[in-house]
Formats: sequence, structure tokens, C-alpha cells
Amino acid sequence: MNAFADQLLVLVMLINLVMLGSSRLIFSIRAVAAQGVILGILPGLIHPFSGHLAAITAGIILAKGILIPYLISDAVRKAQIRREVEPFLGYVPTLLLGAVFTALSFAFAEKLPLAPEHKDLLFVPASIATLLTGFLILTTRRKAISQVIGYLVMENGIFIFGMLLTEAMPVMVEAGALLDLLVGIFVMGIVINHISREFSSLDTSRLRTLKEE
Amino acid sequence: MLFALILLPLAGALVAWIVPDNRLRPLILPVMGSIHLVLTVLLLGNTPAPSAGGWIWLDPLGKVVLLCISLLFVVCAFYAVGYLSYRQERSNRILCTGLLVCLAAMGLVTVSQHLGLLWVALETTTVSMAPLIYFNRNARSIEATWKYLLICSVGIGLALLGLLFLAYSTYVAQRDATLLLGPLMASARDLNPGWLHAAAIFLLVGYGSKMGLAPLHTWKPDAYGEAPGLVGALLAGGLVNCAFLSILRVYQICLASGIEIQFFQKSLLGMGLISMAFAAVFMARQADFKRMLAYSSIEHVGILAIGLGLGGGAIYGALFHLLNNGLTKGVLFLSSGNIHRSYSNKTTDVVKGALTRLPWSGGLFLAGFIAITGSPPFSPFISEYTIVSSAFIDGHHLVGGLFLLFLVIVFIGMALTVLPMVMGAPPADIEPTDYRDRLLTVGPPFLMMTVILVLGIWPPAFLVTLLRDGAAMLGVQP
Amino acid sequence: MTDIIIHCTVALLMPPLLLGVINKTKAAFAGRVGAPYFQPYYDLLKLFRKGTVFSETTTWVFRAGPVITLAATLIAALLVPLGRHAAPLSFSGDMILFAYLFGLSRFFTTIAALDTGSSFEGMGAAREVTFSCLAEPTLFITLITLARMSKSLSLSTILTYPTPAIWLAVGASMLLLVGALFITLLAENSRIPFDDPNTHLELTMIHEVMVLDHSGPAFGIILYGAALKLFVLGAVFVNVALPLSTGNALADWGVFIAAMLGLAVTIGIVESVMARLRMVRIPQLLVGATILSAFAMMLVLR
Repeated sequence: MNAFADQLLVLVMLINLVMLGSSRLIFSIRAVAAQGVILGILPGLIHPFSGHLAAITAGIILAKGILIPYLISDAVRKAQIRREVEPFLGYVPTLLLGAVFTALSFAFAEKLPLAPEHKDLLFVPASIATLLTGFLILTTRRKAISQVIGYLVMENGIFIFGMLLTEAMPVMVEAGALLDLLVGIFVMGIVINHISREFSSLDTSRLRTLKEE
Repeated sequence: MLFALILLPLAGALVAWIVPDNRLRPLILPVMGSIHLVLTVLLLGNTPAPSAGGWIWLDPLGKVVLLCISLLFVVCAFYAVGYLSYRQERSNRILCTGLLVCLAAMGLVTVSQHLGLLWVALETTTVSMAPLIYFNRNARSIEATWKYLLICSVGIGLALLGLLFLAYSTYVAQRDATLLLGPLMASARDLNPGWLHAAAIFLLVGYGSKMGLAPLHTWKPDAYGEAPGLVGALLAGGLVNCAFLSILRVYQICLASGIEIQFFQKSLLGMGLISMAFAAVFMARQADFKRMLAYSSIEHVGILAIGLGLGGGAIYGALFHLLNNGLTKGVLFLSSGNIHRSYSNKTTDVVKGALTRLPWSGGLFLAGFIAITGSPPFSPFISEYTIVSSAFIDGHHLVGGLFLLFLVIVFIGMALTVLPMVMGAPPADIEPTDYRDRLLTVGPPFLMMTVILVLGIWPPAFLVTLLRDGAAMLGVQP
Repeated sequence: MTDIIIHCTVALLMPPLLLGVINKTKAAFAGRVGAPYFQPYYDLLKLFRKGTVFSETTTWVFRAGPVITLAATLIAALLVPLGRHAAPLSFSGDMILFAYLFGLSRFFTTIAALDTGSSFEGMGAAREVTFSCLAEPTLFITLITLARMSKSLSLSTILTYPTPAIWLAVGASMLLLVGALFITLLAENSRIPFDDPNTHLELTMIHEVMVLDHSGPAFGIILYGAALKLFVLGAVFVNVALPLSTGNALADWGVFIAAMLGLAVTIGIVESVMARLRMVRIPQLLVGATILSAFAMMLVLR
């Protein structure tokens, strides 16, 4: 089963790269949803079955695969934008940076003092690569929605690492974390809606009234 | 009883959401606030046993923070009734609900002994505060909300990663992976040092950005500047302390591990000094007095971090300062909210002669300024003095010297803004507003100012014991 | 010996058929009957019967272009193993020769285009070189990855190395390699979505614009060379993507030819369902393919 989990993680990393190279927001949202569903399947592959596990799987798929993508695409629909235009850094450079980050995360994961049974798995490099991709999206895109997507990708990266130790995270905490994420995205969706109404654009580089004179 | 601390505000939030009347709804806040204060006092006197599994318990550190939050909230709650009567033009449903949800989450922060639960509660405070910053519904406040939400969410996400690293360090050490504080501290010496180190860094960065330590403070001036006064008070006195409590928990684990603590203290010292330096630089000639308060908050989280980083007697000062800073910030934000209402402007270009126009609010603002800059006889003087004296006693001459230098610069910078604001004659051509100082908008901060004065002159014995117990948990020999 | 004869026969005769199959597939998708499968052969015969016109401004380079291009591709066809059968020519390090034979043929195509002095052809040459700059690393990294997996530098070993067992073991990296190879295959052969072989609007063309001035047999050679290139790279792709082996040598030839025809149908489908990319998006896709192959290499090296 571990080999299959590894294949899925490769898919997760590919989705990262796809998101870095895509300008269509709806496409990115679907990609992040697909990533969420994969994240939901993964724990079932590496841990023995239990009620706890089933709850986590269902929760992750419901939250990350369905609800959150729905909330964001709702915001996109209301704001009536489809593309990320003119990111701070072009698509090809970010794609290349993403590839470099992925390579670095492999190199870095090699050096980490992992538990022996986790050494050969792709979880740690995939987690770091996803985290860095999230950061890259957060910092290089202008549109508020892209930034939310970046935040989500980052959270996904953290979740991947968390999968190595589901036993440390009791269901309640896990559920709480998911719920917080969900509400957070919900609030961000509302804020995005207000930004688009107030500035008639979702370009966050317009948000610069507040600064030191 | 500990659960009541969380469930009661939640029930109040539900009621606030249901009540349809805009005038009636704010009344729930003081009711809940008073109940919360009574509960807190009861809990401080008679602490119940830990819950099953040891997840929920109120230890001395939690008590200090809970006391501060409860006092601050009850004052803000009474103030809110007066404040919201001036803001009847917009619905306060979200504001009241959000305040109570945040109160519940802050309560949960103080009582959770499980770091995962603590994280969830802290994230809840972040999310529940976001709509409150946006209460004024204009372009500036939405910008502030967006920055606050994004930076804090990302920061707290990093803290989650830190927690996972911490759990992983137990896993590598071949122990049951857990995030319960007690077992973690018991096994801290065997934890894998590499992962523990990574965990400490990420937790410090994550909770530090939530707390507003430089260089992760960028959201703070915007959010504090645009939020209504009472929300600013809760941000600066409530959320900051919750984040500080989370850092204290990490500190406890690092301390128990024996090796990690040196790095953690050094980082805290560094970040604390940078915070004070940033605040000192940006506070000078700051025209917007609410932003100035935000920088003052950055300065004081820096002081807290330095106190913690110095260790020893300074920790006692830091814990005391946590309380003093929270309460004093409350006074400052509430009175500045009044001044803002009255002038409908928050820059020093327009706001002049507040003492003449609003003797009570102006006076409170001035008193708050004197207190927050660490002048006797108010209590922040005592806590800051404790920190700086123990710095010199323990031989940290450079830190102590810089600390004093920054305090002086901050005092001058803040005075340059505050004194013209309150002194002199109000400009003749300002448009009249319907705000007047009333019992409900001035009384609560006045009471809080009195508390600060009393704490400064005669700190009650129970508080001293509580702070000593708290400091003992952080490795200070009594 | 039989294998060598079959190898040469298939490599020489099959390429135009691939074009015919692609066109038939596209016609079927468009709801047309389409030209017969053997239309490309008739076209070639027609061209070879015609006379040639050479512009007065051109030099020998212009004439040498098509010939050298075809010669290089033919040698490449001898280096590549077809199906499970080793290639007639094989030595350690021939993968590098293989890659640079394409470089040589591209060099002469572009320089012949520049020799005409036409601004359009110059533009096409510039585009061709730019895009192949981006496509070449992918091919190289893919071959290196496979070389690393099979621990050999000879194409015959490298390309007969993938087996269903290996697919099961390192499926992810193989999938990445196949994806990258397919993109390179389309890009190198000027297929949609990179270039449209049927377009005759100079501003959007890449490859076709470079051969506008050739006519008669010379143009025939170019067309045949292009088909052969598709065949050779297609064989590389099929070897990696469908490593099926029946054990019987003749049956393997059947499998290989069926797989090549299947590949032609796939290309036809891709061309039918996709639109040509905007010129600015092409580098993005090619860089993406490079990253895919690099990623695969990283997974293998780990």
C-alpha cells in the first residue's frame, strides 16, 4: 500500500506544479480540490482501519474536497473574475522555482532525522514541497483568490506531514482544525466579496492605503 | 465548572445571534461578561481537578491570562453598550456574536493542556476577530481585515506544522506520540533534539506572528488602526496574551528538555529587542493615534518576549506585565475610541485639545499614556522595573541598556503625539458630533485605570502568589 | 538477420502510413470520410516525379538541407530499437549520437531556411530553434533517467529495459517520463498543440514555414524525413509506454506495428480535441515537460 501512497504523493506534487503554471482560477480551485481528495484517501493507505481513520477520511474529503472548493468558487462567481492576470512573477519563472523547491525538498528530506519506517516514503518531501508551493503562490500572485488558494495549498502540505502521526492528533483536535480552516475560508470568501465590491477588483496590490507615510 | 467558562459565552453568542433587536442585543455582553468574571474569580479561588485525560485544567499560567482576559472583557462589555448606542446605524449582530465566540475561544486557550486543542482555540480567536475588525465597512478596514486574516492564518498554520514536528520528535524518540503538556514535559529530555529545535522555531514564528512580534508584526498597525476601539482593546489585551500563553507553553517544554531552552531564550530576546526597536522608530511622529497604539502594542509584546528571554526574576515581571499591558491597552483603546467618535478623525492634525473637549476621555488617554510608558505610580512601572533590574542583576547589561534606551525613545515619540492631542485648545472648525462622555463610555475605562493604579501601589497578596506560582512553572526558583 | 531486414523494411515503409492514419482519425472526428490511408505515399510519389525549381539566391546549403536532414534521420532510425528487438546499429553511448542526429537535421533545416533570405522562413527558423531549445532537455533527461535505471548507455538496452514489472514498481516516474516524452513527441514533430501541420498562414507556422521554398523531389524528401522522424520518436515512445512482449519475435513485430498505429490514432485524437496553443503558451508547456522529466529523474535517483 505504501507504494500506492507514494504514487498518489507524486500526483500531489504534480498538482502543485500544475497550479503554479495555470492562470485560470477555476482550474486552480479544481486542482486544489483534487489535492484535498487525495489527502483524504492517503491516511487510509498507511494506517490500519479504525473508526478514527474513517472519520478523518470523511472529514478531509468533505471539507477539502467539496466544501472549501465550493466556497472559493462561489467567491469567484460573485466577483466575476476568471483569470489571474499579471502575477508579480511570471508563470514560467514560478514553475521553474516550484520545480527547484521540489528538488530542494527532496534533498532536505534526505537529511532529516526521520523514523526508520518513514525514511523511504515520499510523505516528508511531498509535504515540504507542497508547503513551499503554497508560499510561492501566496507571494507571487496578486488576486486575493489566488492567495487563498496558496494558503490552502500550504495547509495541505502541513496536513501531509500530519498524516505520519494521526495517533498524536485526536479526532476532536483534527475536526477542530478542519472546522477552523473551513470557517477561515468562509470568512475569507466574504472578505473577498467585499474587496471586489469596494475596489471593483480583486487585485491585492491595490490594498495599500494603509502604510506609514 | 471549567467547561462553563467556554460553554456559557457560546450560549451567549447564540442568544446574541437570535435576538433581533439592535438596541437590546448589546446588553447580553455585560451580562455574559459579569458572569464570566464571577466564574473566573470562583475558579481562581477554588480550582477544579483536571478533566478526564488531563486535557482541560487551569494552571497558574492559565489563571493569570484568564484573569486579564476576564477583567478586560467585562470592561469592554459595559463600554460596548455605550459605544454601540452611538452606532445604531449598522447591525451589531456580528460584532456581539463574534465578541462572545472570541471570549469562549480565549477561555479555551487558557484552560487547554493539550497543545492541539490550544491551537484550535487560538485559530478560532483569529477567525472570530476578523469580522469585528471589519465593523466599519469601508475600504480601509477591509484592507486591514485581509492583511490580518492572511498573515495570522499563515502564521498559525506554521505553528501547526511546529506542533506536528513536536509530536514527531516524540515519535522518533519511540514514545507514544502525544501533544498533552504533562507527558510531553515528562519525556522532554528524551525527545529528538533536531525535531524539537525545528518545532521550537516554527512555533515561535507562528505564535510570534499572531502575537505581533517584529518582524512578523506588519498586520498589526493596520488591524489596530481600523478596528473599533473595543475590538482593538481585545486584540491588544486578549489575543496577544493568548498567543503569549501559547509561547509560554512552548517555553515550558523547551525548559523541560534542558537543551532547547537556550536557543529559545536567545530567539525571544532577539525578537523582543527588534520589536522594541521597530516600535521606537515608527512611533516617532506617528500622526494616527490608533496606529501609534498598535506600535505601542508591538513594543510591549517585545517587552514580554524580553522578560521571558531573560529568564529568572524577569519572568515574574513578564507575567505581571502581561496583566498590566492588557489592562492599560484596554484603557488606551477605549478612550481613544471615544476621542475618535467625538472628532470623527484619528489623526493629530485635527485632534487637538482633547482634555478641553472631552475632559474624561482625554484625561484617561493621558493617564493611560503615562502608565503604558512605564511611569510610576502605575503598575506597568513595577513590571518593567522588575524586568530591567533583573536584566542587570543577571549580567545582561547590553540587553538592559538597550531596553532602557528604547523605553526612552518610545516615551519621547509617544509624548510627541499624545501631548498635542490632549493639550491646547480644540480647533474651532471641527464638525460637531453627537458623542458626549457618558457613564457607560467613560466609567468602564476609568475603573480599569483605577485597577492599574491600585496594582501599582498595592498589589494584592493573592495576585503576587499567583504570579509566583506561574513563574515557578517557568523554572524560577521561589 | 531477419530482424534486421524487418527493421529496415518497417522503418523505411511505415512512416507515411502514420501520417495517413493521423489524417484519417482527424477526418473521422470531423465527420468526414477523409483521404485514403495511403494518401501520403501517393503524395510522395507525385512529388518525386516533379521537376525542381531553385531560387537563384540560394546556395548549395539550400540543396543539402533536405538530404542531410533525411540522412541523419535515417541513421537515427537504425539506432533505435523497434519493439523488443535490438537495433541494427548499437554501441555504448549511442543515445548521445541519437539526440545529436536530430540536432544536426534541425540545424540543416533551419540553415536551409535562412539561406533563402525570406523573412518568413527566418522567422520560422527562429521559432523552431527556440522551441527545440526547450524541448531538447526533456528528451535528454528522459534518456538519462532511463539510462540510469537500466545502467547502460546504449539505446538498444535503454529502450528495451522497461517491462510491465518495472511499471508496477516505479509507475509514478514511468508515467512522468511517458507524459514528458509524449509532449516532446508532439513538439518535435510540429503537431498540434504546438504547431499545425496543415496551416498555411505564415504568421502562425513554425515548421511548415521553413520549407515553403522547397519543391518537387526536395520537398518530397522533407516530407518523408518528417514522417520518419515521427516514426523514430514514436518508436521511442512506444518502447517506453507499452513494453509488451509476447516472447515470439514475429508476434512482437505485430505488437509493435499495432502499437505504432495506436499511437498515430492517439495523436489524431489529440489533434482533433485540442486547439493550437497561443505562441506564448508553448514555452510554458515545454518547460512543464522538462520539469516532468526532471521530476521523474529525481524520483529515480532518490
